[in-house]
Amino acid sequence: MSSREAILGRIRRSLGASGTDAPRRDAVRHRLDATPRNVVPARGALPPAERVDLFCRKAGEVFASVVRLARPDGIPSAVADYLRSRNLPQAVRRGDDPRLATLPWEREAQLTVSTGASAGADLVGVSHADAGVAETGTLMLTSGPDNPTTLNFLPDHHIVVVDASTVSGDYETVWADLRRRFGAGAMPRTVNLVTGPSRSADIEETLLLGAHGPRSLHILVVG
Amino acid sequence: MSGAPASATFPKNARAALANPPLLKAIAHIEETLVSGRRRAVDALPEFEALRDAGRDLKAHTLAHLDLYLEAFEQKVVEAGGHVHWAADAAEANSIVLDICQAAGARTVTKGKSMITEEVGLNAFLEGNGVRPVETDLGEYIIQLRGETPSHIIAPAVHVNKEQVAADFRRVHTDLDPRRNLDEPVSLLAEARGVLRERFLAADVGITGANFLVAETGSTVIVTNEGNGDLSQILPKTHIVLASIEKVVPTLEDVATIMRLLARSATGQEMSVYTTFSTGPRRPGDPDGPEAFHVVLLDNGRSAMLGTEFEDMLRCIRCGACLNHCPVYRSIGGHAYGSVYPGPMGSVLTPSLQGLETSAHLANASTLCGRCESVCPMRIPLPKMLRHWREKEFERHLTPRKARFGLAAWRFLADRPRLYGLTTRLAAWGLSRLAGKSGALTSLPLAGGWTRWRDLPAPEGGTFRTEWAKRGRH
Repeated sequence: MSSREAILGRIRRSLGASGTDAPRRDAVRHRLDATPRNVVPARGALPPAERVDLFCRKAGEVFASVVRLARPDGIPSAVADYLRSRNLPQAVRRGDDPRLATLPWEREAQLTVSTGASAGADLVGVSHADAGVAETGTLMLTSGPDNPTTLNFLPDHHIVVVDASTVSGDYETVWADLRRRFGAGAMPRTVNLVTGPSRSADIEETLLLGAHGPRSLHILVVG
Repeated sequence: MSGAPASATFPKNARAALANPPLLKAIAHIEETLVSGRRRAVDALPEFEALRDAGRDLKAHTLAHLDLYLEAFEQKVVEAGGHVHWAADAAEANSIVLDICQAAGARTVTKGKSMITEEVGLNAFLEGNGVRPVETDLGEYIIQLRGETPSHIIAPAVHVNKEQVAADFRRVHTDLDPRRNLDEPVSLLAEARGVLRERFLAADVGITGANFLVAETGSTVIVTNEGNGDLSQILPKTHIVLASIEKVVPTLEDVATIMRLLARSATGQEMSVYTTFSTGPRRPGDPDGPEAFHVVLLDNGRSAMLGTEFEDMLRCIRCGACLNHCPVYRSIGGHAYGSVYPGPMGSVLTPSLQGLETSAHLANASTLCGRCESVCPMRIPLPKMLRHWREKEFERHLTPRKARFGLAAWRFLADRPRLYGLTTRLAAWGLSRLAGKSGALTSLPLAGGWTRWRDLPAPEGGTFRTEWAKRGRH
């Protein structure tokens, strides 16, 4: 007998249940299909403007810096401003995501923009989040041909653009959006929920930013 | 691992820990960081208690249907192009992981923090078979350099101070400038970041654990703060997830519920920095990510806990709150337990995993004060289960002879109320005489361990039963 059959058999014996029992199978099928919500905190249930304010405040509490922009075409100059304010070279790497690729990067003559996955030498990565979660100031990023996951972790500085209209109150709203875009029960290969820059408190419980991932997380909220 | 004390010698280990001032100083930080952090985070979320109920209920539902959710999870992983392996015990899990590493031609593997790999002893096994495991979580990296095991399930190096870390880094990172300054945690972190960055980029295989396995989508989920788990799993060509069977939850909604409990209970954060869902290997057109994705599902004694008085333990999400709030853990640290999992959750889980014969002391490493249960996000009745183990210890004659004699003597008296009354009255009178005017006893036969650290207040007036009888007449 394989270990698979042995383990499943032991579970069923311990539970005194069978794997073909219709009510048990129905209960499981129902939960997986209906995806019922459990307790959802009221904190994020706010009108849109206040929801975005909460997102910005919560992101700030976990040491992200946040800048609000009225329009997407202001993104390249906001990126250049950030680099100047941190004394960084005018160079970033981004994915080919159309939300980033179609921006007027040429307006920043000094700025070098390379594209594709990071091999570890980039100081600054620029990504576009699919959503924000106001409840905890969390960004959601998904992988795909135009959105390398390495950009979220290897560069020292991570600049993330999020559209204000995609900031929801809670994670459950984000799951519903994922199912609409990718289909029920399907996920992009990597979904990253990012809440602030990388940190560690492993030495004497002292909180330090910039453990293995980005030392700084800079969020541009557009709209 | 070298030098790790065993559970069988717990009383001796605990005495050694109490006589180790640097250790006591290091673990004293837990109060102002983890305990007060949890308090603040819980106070800031009105729904926290309701979330605990929801977390308990969803885990209970999952455990009652565990076979079916595991089958659903497996099917989804396979649909996404991943592989699922089932391991009945530690030896099988190790050999599955080694086979995958060898098939990938791996010489080094980077590891995200995983208690399951500690449980199965994966590092020693891989090293013995020519594959070099590199721990990448800062705390795990430090203890790997020291040849130690984690002393806390979420803060593995909580027992180490920064001077010790600096000395270890100087000993191991010999290619760096010996005159460099390593006085502050920030320079230690920067050095580890630089050294480990090279390891991440050079690794052939990445191994992580999982905080959740999602049956709805076939995703494995890791929750971290440093980003090391992510670098371990996106850079190498092969990603292996080693997870125990009770990590499965039905849906993303269920992940959200437990996420809201996990970081708050563990570190006082509202959310850990990185919560990452991995579903299968890299997709067509993806510019990065692993080409192969393997999930190893480990049983190692858990299926036998279902349907027993220890089933509730399988709800545990490994937040560490019971350790942080335990007066025993806080007095001796984690190594004295001599088990992979220390503290209250470890004392309940260890006998199930390794047998009561070598771990019978652990159930007694508790005052049964109940703080662990009061902070457990999954409402696991830890004190009740510790009492179950104490009963089994007594039934199986594993209790030390002195303690058995004491219990037998007490039972003899308790069965004879008149004799019990007489004995306690005599004892109260005797203790009060012994104490004299000071009203306190500085030493007492058979209780030297207690009076060594503080005085015993002598009884004043009658026994509880005589006082109770007096009140009854009023």
